[in-house]
Order: sequence, then C-alpha cells, then structure tokens
Amino acid sequence: MADNGVNKGRRRLLLGATTVMGAVGAVGVAVPFVSSWQPSAKARAAGAPVQADVSKLEPGQRMTVEWRGRPVWIINRTPEMIERTEGFDPSRLADPDSEEPQQPNYVEGPLRSIRPEIGVLIGICTHLGCSPLFRPEPNAEGVGTDDWPGGFFCPCHGSRFDLAGRVFRNVPAPTNLEVPPYRFESDSVIVVGEDEEAA
Amino acid sequence: MGNPNRVKAESGFMRWVDDRFPATQMWQEHLSQYYAPKNFNVWYFFGSLALLVLVNQILTGVWLTMSYNPSAEGAFASVEYIMRDVEWGWLIRYMHSTGASAFFVVVYLHMFRAMLYGSYKAPRELVWIFGMAIYLALMAEAFMGYLLPWGQMSYWGAQVIISLFSAIPAIGPDLAQWVRGDYLISGITLNRFFALHVVALPIVILALVVLHIIALHEVGSNNPDGIDIKAKKDEAGKPVDGIPFHPYYTVKDIFGVAMFLFVFCAVLFYFPEGGGYFLEKPNFEPANPLKTPDHIAPVWYFTPFYAILRAITFSIFGLDAKFLGVVFMGAAIAVLFVLPWLDRSPVNSMRYKGWISKVMLLLFAISFVILGVLGVLPATDGRTVLAQVCTAIYFAFFLLMPFYTRMEKTKPIPERVTG
Repeated sequence: MADNGVNKGRRRLLLGATTVMGAVGAVGVAVPFVSSWQPSAKARAAGAPVQADVSKLEPGQRMTVEWRGRPVWIINRTPEMIERTEGFDPSRLADPDSEEPQQPNYVEGPLRSIRPEIGVLIGICTHLGCSPLFRPEPNAEGVGTDDWPGGFFCPCHGSRFDLAGRVFRNVPAPTNLEVPPYRFESDSVIVVGEDEEAA
Repeated sequence: MGNPNRVKAESGFMRWVDDRFPATQMWQEHLSQYYAPKNFNVWYFFGSLALLVLVNQILTGVWLTMSYNPSAEGAFASVEYIMRDVEWGWLIRYMHSTGASAFFVVVYLHMFRAMLYGSYKAPRELVWIFGMAIYLALMAEAFMGYLLPWGQMSYWGAQVIISLFSAIPAIGPDLAQWVRGDYLISGITLNRFFALHVVALPIVILALVVLHIIALHEVGSNNPDGIDIKAKKDEAGKPVDGIPFHPYYTVKDIFGVAMFLFVFCAVLFYFPEGGGYFLEKPNFEPANPLKTPDHIAPVWYFTPFYAILRAITFSIFGLDAKFLGVVFMGAAIAVLFVLPWLDRSPVNSMRYKGWISKVMLLLFAISFVILGVLGVLPATDGRTVLAQVCTAIYFAFFLLMPFYTRMEKTKPIPERVTG
C-alpha cells in the first residue's frame, strides 16, 4: 500500500488505543479464570471456622471439636498441670521451644497457647495420624515412662507428648502436635480456624 | 495455483496437493533435504527417542482416560480397575508409568549431550530455550500426573511440593491455597490437576516441541565436533559433511528405537515398578490426609532438585531456610536457561575445550547424580553436608563458567568433521 495521504499520527493513536483496550479486556477476561481456582463456596463452607464454648470446661478436662475433618482438642489446664509442663526437663523433649512451624506465631512459650490454662491442639499424632490418648495425671500407668508429667500418649506406636503437645525425644513422632489458628471471641468462646489478628 | 516459489511435484496427485498445501516442500525441508552432520554418534539418539516416548505417553494417556475416574472417591479404585479388570489395562498403565520415567531418562541424556557438544551455543540459543521450556512443562506434567492415582505418595508428595509455595513470604499461604482450591489437598485439587495433566499441558508440550524442531531446522544440527558444516559446501550448495536426514538418520534412529525398546520392554514387563522408584510403594495405599507416610520422597527425576531444596538449612539476608531452599531450587532450574550466555568459550565441543571445562562438566554430572540419590534418602547430618557440597558444585559449574571458559586454552578445531 502506498504511503501517500496516510495520517501516521492518527494511525498510531488508533493502534495504541486499540491495543490498550484489548489488554484491558484480556485482563478482565482473566479475572473469572483466575478466581475460579479459589476455594469454592462449598469448600469454604466445609472449612469454615468452628466455635467452642469453654465456659463449661472444668479444670483438668478436655473437649473435642471437629475442624476441617480433624479432631481439635481444647484442654483446661489446672495450675498444677501448668507447673508440671513449664517445669518439665526440656532435655527430654525433641523441640521444647517450638522451633518447628507447628503453631501460629502468636502462641508462645512452653505452653504453646494464648492463655496459659486453655490449650488448643490438633489431636492427630504427627507420626502416622493416630489419635493419641489423654493421660493428664502424673505418672499414669501404661505410658511407657516412669517420670510422666501428664500429657498425650499415642497407643499405635508409643509417641508421647506433654500437656502443651510438645513431643518427647526418642519416640516415633518427629514434631510437636499442631496448634491450629484460633482466637477468643469472648472470655468463654473460642473460634478455631481464625487467626487472632483477623478478629 | 499456490505459491509459485515453492518446490512442487511435477504432476499427479502430489502436484494437486502441492498446489494447495506445501507437502513436498515440507518433506524436503525437514527430511529429505535437511542436511545433518554425518558424524552423529550414540548421543544423538535421544532426541528422536524423546519424540517416541511423547507419542507413547499421549497414546496410552488417552486410553487411560477412558477408564480413569478423576474424583477423590473414585480415583484409586479406578486405577485398580484399570490394572485388574480392563482388558490389557495393566499393560497400558505400565506403558504410561514406565514411559514417564523413560521420558526423563532420555531427556536428561539429551540435555547432557547438548552440554557435552555445546549445542546450546550461538546460533542455537532458542533451540536450547525451547528445550528447557519443554523440560519445565514436562516436570509440571509429571508432577500433576503423579497425583492422579490418589495413593499415599501421590497425596503427600503433592502436599510437600504445594507447601513450597507457602514458603514465599507474604503471598505464600494464599498462593498455595489458590493452587489447591481448598484448605487441604482434596478432590478439588485432583480435578484441576487432571484437567491440566490431560488437556492443558499436553497442548503446551506439543506446541513447544514444534517450536524446538522448527528452531533446530532453521539453524541446523550441531555435531560432536561442534563445527559449522555449512561453512564447507560442494558445487550444488550442499554441505560436504552433511547427509540428508532421510533416509540416513531415519534409518539410524529406527535402530536406536529398537535398542531402546529392548530396555524399555525389559522394565515394562519385568520391573514395572522400577524397584519402588518408578511407582513408589506407599502409592499402593489409597490417599489418607490423616496418615503421613514414614518417609516422603519425590519420584526419582525430581530428587536432584529436592536435595538442593533440603540442603539449604541455614538462613542468610534475613530469609529463612525454607524460603531460601525454594529460591535455590528455582535458581537451579532457572540457571540452565541462561547457559548459552554463560559459556564464553571460542569452541563448542568438549573435544576442543580445555581441561577445566572437562573437569567441571564431570564434577557437575557426578554432583547431579549424587544429589539425585540423596533426594531419595532421608536426610541425616552427614548427607546434608554432602548435599551442600554437591549444590555448591552444581552452581559453581554455571556461575564460574564465564571465567573458566574464557581463560582456559582450547585446542584448534578441525576444518572438517572428524567422524
């Protein structure tokens, strides 16, 4: 095609404008495709946070709620339990300072909880996924050790955890019990599955 | 009719076709008049073998899709159904699973050939880059395919790999959730991986293979001497050291195919599980999100990179070890893409490079194999140190290449190929 009479400036402007509009359209079309990969409404409902009322949980007792298909234990630790857990010989634990990322970063200290008395743990052994037994009393029978501070004992392969879910040394389980994200909605209501900051 | 500049058949049916589609022209350009160097050796089998395995994967894959059920409830049982009840289903599945490992064997040897003879160097940079893109797509394809049987290792292997995304600061956990489409790997993840494995990635891989071959045929094949055969042409303008791909190399490749099939069939019929490396033992148990296997190892072809990931046990620049591991693993693959610009040697082939290049390539290959072995084994302190040494060698091979390829003394290259 001959060049004469062509308004090059206008042609460039139209070309540029069309390209920009096309790009905007392409980005717009990409939105539903990218968003389609987000968890569906059904998946979100199945994974929604669960609430638990801890006001009726007596000291020394444990309750279990289900969250995302897994049992979540909530225990109310007595002052003696807290003392035994905090004062336990750290050399007998594999990860006493919770260095493995098995808990949200807002739970700290040996008790691995927001409030010292209320412990929240996922009740699945980190070895092969059995559910450990609750053996809160000191020196309980059948936990395979004489000096027992109270805690959880896995009957499948003998893994031991203290009342903060910290794993013992020389047991099959490699890491501490997982602490799920949770927050206190009020003094007596815990929301499991939501982070503290998200409140 | 048609483009008058094209080569066309004189008459008859082919003339009719050539007036409408450049069949004769394409046949000549890519086969009967495509001049390849006459000194190809055994290393030059692996490109055509990769093509053969690709055809095997597509054919067996389509047939598997006919009996497979991509749902969390039905996937494992449908694979058992294929193995036990579908006529010849066991053979088709083993051809596919053995083919996956065979694909990586031939691709790794094909890549090593390129490094040995400098096939990535100018003007073949794009051939190399398209090839690397194929390798990357192939890794994604294999990873997603491994989830489909929905066995324990399918599940937990995917769990480990997807959780790598969550190591990325800030966006990581959301990104991992976006990939999974759920809070844990579930039927939703399985469905999307199925769609990508069966539809999206095969299209991408086929397109990249076409680009790889078009780029290769544009610049011509390299050869073990790494010299340009087009520099010496006869009166007819044909390279004196070139021979037409067809019939010379088609016949040679058929011999290679026969040899390959001996080995392939021996594995297929006698060791289809590859000793637990092609199909890992925990994968004969259905996926169970509540039960972690004792030891999670990726399939063998990912283990060198997995070992690099695990070798990073320290943090620098305030980046934690887990994220740094992901960065190093990504860099280990990314650095391959820029290989054409790292090699500053005046010669292509290892035959004429200096001793430093030879030693470095040897060390690199040994490190890669050691990393591959370490990636399968559980980590211990000693193994971690060994993996760190091998990782250092792996990166030194690439990052020091601009220096040692320039400073070393090369041998004079011959005028003609040496056979």
